[in-house]
Amino acid sequence: MTRFKDTGHLLRFAALFVMAFVAFLIIRHFVVPKSFGEYGHYRGAAIPEIAARPVHFAGHQTCETCHADILATKAPGKHANVNCEACHGPLAKHADDPSIAPPKLDTAVLCIRCHAASAAKPKSFPQVDADQHAGGVPCETCHQPHSPAIQAGGAK
Amino acid sequence: MNVDRRHFLIMLPAAAIAWKYVLAGTPEESPNYKMTDHWWSMLIDIPKCIGCGNCVRACAAENDVPDGHFRTWVERYHVTDYDMVNPQVISPDGGKEGFPAVAEDAGKYFFVPKMCNHCADSPCTQVCPVGATFVAPDGVVLVDQTYCLGCAYCVQACPYGCRYIHPEKKVADKCTLCYHRITKGLTTACAENCPTGARQLADLKNPNDPIHAFLKTHHVQVLKPQMATGAKVFYNELDGSVR
Repeated sequence: MTRFKDTGHLLRFAALFVMAFVAFLIIRHFVVPKSFGEYGHYRGAAIPEIAARPVHFAGHQTCETCHADILATKAPGKHANVNCEACHGPLAKHADDPSIAPPKLDTAVLCIRCHAASAAKPKSFPQVDADQHAGGVPCETCHQPHSPAIQAGGAK
Repeated sequence: MNVDRRHFLIMLPAAAIAWKYVLAGTPEESPNYKMTDHWWSMLIDIPKCIGCGNCVRACAAENDVPDGHFRTWVERYHVTDYDMVNPQVISPDGGKEGFPAVAEDAGKYFFVPKMCNHCADSPCTQVCPVGATFVAPDGVVLVDQTYCLGCAYCVQACPYGCRYIHPEKKVADKCTLCYHRITKGLTTACAENCPTGARQLADLKNPNDPIHAFLKTHHVQVLKPQMATGAKVFYNELDGSVR
């Protein structure tokens, strides 16, 4: 054991090292967020935080729970697979509280967004030159937006 | 317990590590959503896109996307017969208000909706110096905006140009694949509002998802496959000129 008789200074140095390591762990404990590393090199708690952001579009399933009549009107028509909020806009607030009325829509703007004629669109998609096609007559005079094919006697 | 000073010091680091896990506790979990049951992707059917811009408007409304920045946008390609490799691409205001009408029919036109590809091996998450962006266990690339420094390394790293620095928050922002919607059983705002069904949210881990049959029977590509990003936005009938 004579070989280790002068190792006191080394032990003091080692103790200093251990103390620095403990200080590092304590600081790290307070600086690194609790859920960091839960799933990977990121804060795990960020995932439920992002998932908790508010929803603006209620989704057509929500609309259909109350508006089954509109669903029935749409079903046979070309717009059967166009979801409600694609035209009506985000209505999650209306879905939560039906007393909040959805804004009125302008078919002159809405129909043309999709159906304005352009050679760039797929050929199979129905397109019209609005001025030639209707000459300023509103779309819903002839086409009921929920089921746009012209029925006998005009739009209902 | 009788511990002398020496043993106390030896145990201290181990105790500190153990205490950290005691304090962390168990994470809060969504009641019906299990991350490991999903692997989200998106299917974009090019022949169905009419360039109406509904997806861009819906995304902006759902996610409060600042003006002039886009989490999704639509590009219109014009490929002429005499130059197939240099298409003319326009995207006025991200296609938010649609596209100018085209009268003549020279060459071919088509629309390409773009968004975050939610890459499985995403370059953007690899460059983040602080771990503020990551691929979640369900395959969605997310940004932890409380942790982001706003250094914009990820904005440069994304080969698809899908990220931007939020002008007010000064942190990285991008498509979350409407994470707040898909975890509640809803589809994304863009897919919900696409009038022609050109966008479909798909779950690759769900054996009943129609995506599996679609991928088998259609000519489907991802953008920039040569970059090996593991992109999960699948384009049906994508033209070779799309970059």
